[in-house]
This record gives sequence, C-alpha cells and structure tokens, in this order.
Amino acid sequence: MAKQPRTKTPTRKRSKPAKSRTPTKDELLDYLRSMLLIRRFEEKAGQMYGMGLIGGFCHLYIGQEAVVTGMQAVIEDGDGVITSYRDHGHMLACGMDPNRVMSELTGRGSGYSKGKGGSMHMFSREKNFYGGHGIVGAQVPLGTGLAFANRYRKNDRVSLTYFGDGAANQGQVYEAFNMAQLWKLPVIYIIENNQYAMGTAVKRSTAETHLYRHGAGMGIPGKQVDGMDVIAVRDAGEEAVAHCRAGKGPILLEMKTYRYRGHSMSDPAKYRSKDEVNKMRAEHDPIDQVRQRLLDAGFATEDDLKAIDKDVKAIVSEAAEFAQESPEPDPAELYDDVYVVA
Amino acid sequence: MPIQVLMPALSPTMTEGTIARWLKAEGDKVDAGDVIAEIETDKATMEVESADEGVMGRILVPEGTENVNVNAVIALLLEDGEDASALDGAAAAAPAAAPAAEPEPASAPAETPDAAPVAAVKPVEADVPAGTEFAPLTVREALRDAMAEEMRRDPDVFLMGEEVAEYQGAYKVSQGLLDEFGADRVIDTPITEHGFAGLGVGAAFSGLKPIVEFMTFNFAMQAIDHIVNSAAKTLYMSGGQMTSSIVFRGPNGAAARVGAQHSQDYSSWYAHIPGLKVVAPYSAADAKGLLKSAIRDPNPVIVLENEILYGESFDVPVLDDYTVPIGLARIMRPGADVTIISYSRMVGVALAAADQLAEQGIDAEVIDLRSLRPLDTDTVVQSVRKTNRAVVVEEGWPVCGIGSELGQVIMEQAFDFLDAPVARVNGKDVPMPYAANLERLALPQADDVIAAARSVCYRDTE
Repeated sequence: MAKQPRTKTPTRKRSKPAKSRTPTKDELLDYLRSMLLIRRFEEKAGQMYGMGLIGGFCHLYIGQEAVVTGMQAVIEDGDGVITSYRDHGHMLACGMDPNRVMSELTGRGSGYSKGKGGSMHMFSREKNFYGGHGIVGAQVPLGTGLAFANRYRKNDRVSLTYFGDGAANQGQVYEAFNMAQLWKLPVIYIIENNQYAMGTAVKRSTAETHLYRHGAGMGIPGKQVDGMDVIAVRDAGEEAVAHCRAGKGPILLEMKTYRYRGHSMSDPAKYRSKDEVNKMRAEHDPIDQVRQRLLDAGFATEDDLKAIDKDVKAIVSEAAEFAQESPEPDPAELYDDVYVVA
Repeated sequence: MPIQVLMPALSPTMTEGTIARWLKAEGDKVDAGDVIAEIETDKATMEVESADEGVMGRILVPEGTENVNVNAVIALLLEDGEDASALDGAAAAAPAAAPAAEPEPASAPAETPDAAPVAAVKPVEADVPAGTEFAPLTVREALRDAMAEEMRRDPDVFLMGEEVAEYQGAYKVSQGLLDEFGADRVIDTPITEHGFAGLGVGAAFSGLKPIVEFMTFNFAMQAIDHIVNSAAKTLYMSGGQMTSSIVFRGPNGAAARVGAQHSQDYSSWYAHIPGLKVVAPYSAADAKGLLKSAIRDPNPVIVLENEILYGESFDVPVLDDYTVPIGLARIMRPGADVTIISYSRMVGVALAAADQLAEQGIDAEVIDLRSLRPLDTDTVVQSVRKTNRAVVVEEGWPVCGIGSELGQVIMEQAFDFLDAPVARVNGKDVPMPYAANLERLALPQADDVIAAARSVCYRDTE
C-alpha cells in the first residue's frame, strides 16, 4: 500500500477510513456470489480465448472483483455505470446476462452488441451500463456527461465512472474533472489502480503516485481505498454516493487493487515478479477475504461455500455453452445500426 | 496636413461597420491611446483608440451611420499648430486606401473575398409551398433562429461551447439565446474541446440532444476522438442500443488571413466516417433548415458552417417550421453544357463562375450538395448524364477530397455519358499561407472554375 502523503492537500487522508457498517449475512453472500461469478466467468473466458473461441483483445478482471462489487452494492436503479475495455466484471455486477456477455465475446448474434462490439464494446440500456470503451480515458468525459444529464434533468442519479491508473494520466480526464467540479456534477470517479498501465508501473508513469490526489488541483475530494476489501469499497462508496446525491459535486476514489492476469491475454506479464502476484493472491484475495468473514461470523459453512461455488460454475458453464452454440450474426446485419433510421 | 482617422477592421473578415458613438467632439484634445469612438459590427462592439495626438478637427461620419467601409476616413485630427483651415483640403483628398503590400497593418484593407456586401440579398429557391413569403436573413441569424426554434420545441436540446452564452457567441451565432433559455441550457464551457465534446456525447447517450459548438472546426481536432470513436461508432458497437443524437457545429474552412492552423476545411474528414451525417450549407435558408433537421436527427450530425457566409443575407422562407432534409442536393442554376458541383461557400464561387460562363456561351448547371454524408449522388449523376461534363469545386485539399469521391461516383454511374474527364477545382495542396496574395492563390477563385469548365467543354482547344 502507498505511503502517507507528505504534504497537506484539500483531499481526505487515506488513513481515515469510512464509517464501517457490519455487513449482514445476506450482504456478504451477495458479494461472494457476485465476485465468484466474475472470477469464474473470467477464468472461463481465458480458457475460451486459448481455444480460439474468443478473438481480438480480451482484458480479464481477475483480482479486481471487490471494486465493482462493492460499488454496485451502494447504487440504485437509474444510476449509470461506465468503464474502460476491462469491462466484463462491471457488466456482470450490473446484472447483465452472463450468457449474452459471453456470446458477445465469442462474436455471436445473441451477444449484447449482436456480435458487433466484442469484449471491449458492450452496453445495456436496460441496466444503465454505458460501456465498454476502447480508447483509454474516453469514458471519463462520457461518464461526466451522464452526470451532466442527471443534473440537467434535476434528478438525484449518480454516474459511476471507472478508469485505470493508466487513464489517470490522460489529458481529457482533467478536462472532465474541471467541468465536473465547476458545475458540481454528480459523478464518482473510481480509479482502479491495479498498479500497471499495461506493463508500466504507476511510479514509472505518474509523477503523483497517490492517485486520489489527482483531483486536488480542482478541489475534488479524493480518498484511497483498499480495493481488495469489498467492505472497504462499499463503505467508501456509500459516502461517495451520499456526497454526490447531496449535490456536492464530484468525488474521487482511488481503489488500490491488483490484476492477477496480464493486461490482456497476449501479455506475458514479464514486468513483475511471480512472487509479487502470488503474495497478493495469498494475502489479499478479495474472494478469500469474504469467505473468511462468512466463516468467522458463522454465516456459512465450508459446505455452504462449496454449494455457492457449484451454482456459480453452473451459470458460467451454461454461458460458455450458450456462447458456443449461438449462431454468428446474420451477414445481412453487416449494414444494420450504422444509423438510427428515423 | 491633418491626420486621417480611418474606419478600423476589428476582425479578419470585417468589411464594414457602424459608428455607434463618438466620444470626442470637434475641438477636443486627443492623446494617443484615447478612445475616440465606439464602432459596432454584427459580431461585436469595439472602442477605437487614436493612434496619434492632436485636436479633433472634424468628424466626417456622424454617429449612427451604418455600413461604413473599413478604411474609410471617418475623422480628421489637427496636428500641433495646424488650424481648422487645413481641414477643407484634407477631407477632399481623403480615401487613399493603402495597397495591401504597404507595411501599415492598421490601415491595410481586409482582403475582401468573393463575398457580396452584407446588404445584398441572394434569392435561393427553397422547397416550400406555393405562396410562401420570404424575408432576408443572414446565415448567422438563420442558424440562431434554428437553434432557438428547436430549443423551444424540445427541452432536451441545449447548447454548449466556448463563449456561447455570456459573450453571445464568438461569432455571435448564439446571440440572445442565453437571455431566452437561461444558463442551464446555454452553457459556456472551458477551452477544453476534447473534454466537452466527450461530455456532450455522454449526455447524448443518456438521451439529451446537445448542440456542441466549436469556435471553429480547427479546434475540433482536439475532440475528434469523441466525434468518431464515441459518437459515430457507438450505435453500431452496441448493436443499436446506444444512440447519440448530437450536433457538432461551427465555422469550417478558411476565414480570411488567419493562417494555416485556423483555415482548414474538414469536410472530407467527417464525410469519411460511417455513423456521422455531415451537412455544409451555403444559403441562409439551408443553414436554418438543415440545422433544424440536424438537431432532430437521432444520429450525430456535423454542421459545417462558414465564417465568411455568416454575414451574407439570403431569402429565407417565412414558415413556422422550415426544415431541409439531410441528404438532398439542390440545383441552384439549371444548365445544359456542364455540371458544376460544390458546397458551402464555394457555391457562391461556382455561381459567379456560371454567370461569366454564360457570357462566354457556356450554360452551366450548378449543384449545391448541401449534405456531404449521405451524399446525393442521384442528383449529381442525373445532371452529369444530361450535361456530360462535370467540374467539382471545393475549398478543401485535393487528395482524398469530396471531389475525388465525386469523380469516382460519376465514373461508376455515368461513365458512358462523360464527354470529358471530371475536373476538380480545389484548395491548393499547401497549408494556408498568411500573405494576402498567396492566400488568394491557395483558394479556388471563380476564374479557376471558369478555366476548368472551359477545359471540360474543350473550349480552349477548339
């Protein structure tokens, strides 16, 4: 974890944790199911990529499951979510159908984008999931625009705008920060700091490595959160949502997290040691942490957990099957949806 | 000899203005730097500072006078020791406008492009019911009216951009909109094209209908990723789920004497992109009708305006709701011998060329494309099948331009009808030079169009 900031900034200090609420049994079980679904889904996607069933780029979310799960737990229907190309976890957390996410990955007509988007470009109007964006940082102004629309309509919806530590160096991120704070837009910027922008470690790319301070110049409050702990994420998320709904403008959460896999399937991850990865998995795994909480609290037995694992595996197997059996898009659809035909 | 005070040019395209107020009276002492008058154009009100010191000898143009040409002598200053008798001769000797080459930037005449004087109204036939009345309107007013009408009609429509609200528009296109619609719907942005274009697209994803004004399309290069990758492609990438009903508008192409970075025509860039619609109107009626259609269109639409056209007046139909469908060209002038195809400001150049060609016995048909994507190839091809000859006129560069595309379309669809290869008249393949003579050389002129038309009619080889 990062060192304490040396200088005083208008941002909150990371050492001040959000007020924690003891999670209930049902909450913990929900978090476990959500994170397990993402983990198993991504493992399956990785296997299917290896089998040539998924093409192109495929960025797995394994290791980061607590971030999206914790944040999803604190929002309501009508709140918008937008992220980068590492988006499978966000879609599953939003409640999108694993079958149709997986069949988009295999490029089939039953996929969320009818096979035309692929891993990086998926959307769901129904679930208020606004993508899935392939250009690093582009989703930050877009997510700010979702917040703008909420303010324009004078509702109290918020926009969860996720981006990585790599995108945090993009100029357009700061353009968006400025407008969000200037106009007090209800947007929660969630930096998923998995510590590597592709192969470049944060300290090699970023002058201010405390990413939660990156909005400080505009007076945007920021907070660093243990992104491997779903409860810490949830607690910080609750505060952030309350801040936005109260009309106080944007807020920034730096989620310290870790991706176990490479940047994409084609990344051998030579830029970090096996030990580093193994240590994170052994000591900070978000799923193990929740399992342990459930066991410690007596909310579940090992057998209960095994049953959940089995259920999740069945969902993922079905998705994989669906994604392989679905037909490819009809060639006649090549020219469809270039324009809305009025 | 008294000092002549000349009507200054306040902007690269200003050719005339109004003397709003004199702040010095005859007989007042004037120091260099003193504000002596206020002048107004359709874009702005500015103060005129005296460059010299002396005594206000005679005010030649009273306040309230409109349409005072740039470089006209508006007052005479008496130098130290001069008396009023010197004034009589000086006033008579007045308008000696300096040639552009003279190193006197303050008094050098602005290079007046082929633009007609603001007062002249150009009739352009519009597709309207019989008996419709027309009223003269500048392109600037037509664009403003289009936005105002659509904002009244649909509360989801809003305008954002640099200086659109309190400043009333960098080119005064949004004049009065802040007063009518308030700061929630007419929004000044910071100078961050990439950011606010993306913000606009995000707002469009969630169902609003933003009008994003770029001060000029030169600055939209900062934002082109969001225009192309976010606005144009997302409908397709989302299997039809995620629409972006958004308008990106602003002046495109060369203004006058603003150099290479402020004088580029982006028509072919945007026309290249599936998912975008692109319009480039010439007349005020089309500017109004196409902008209204663009705002209502459920797709992202690029509206390429032209700064030099902003001040030109045209007859606009007086109708409650005048729209022009996107994707239809207009035959501006029917003819039998050669088809001249153009769009935006170059339509004016093509029409001027056609008039001169008529005197030379060549009957040219002039087509205003109006929309660049979708391109009305039917109208073009039908015309070429009739005239058997085509000249494409555009301000943009020749390589991979609109003219290149039209040449190909005509070859594919009217090959057997052609009596000559399709000719292109383009902006020269150079960054826009600043010098007045070079800039003129770089831009298509009526003479270039005449030469091209004569060449495809084999007039110069007969």
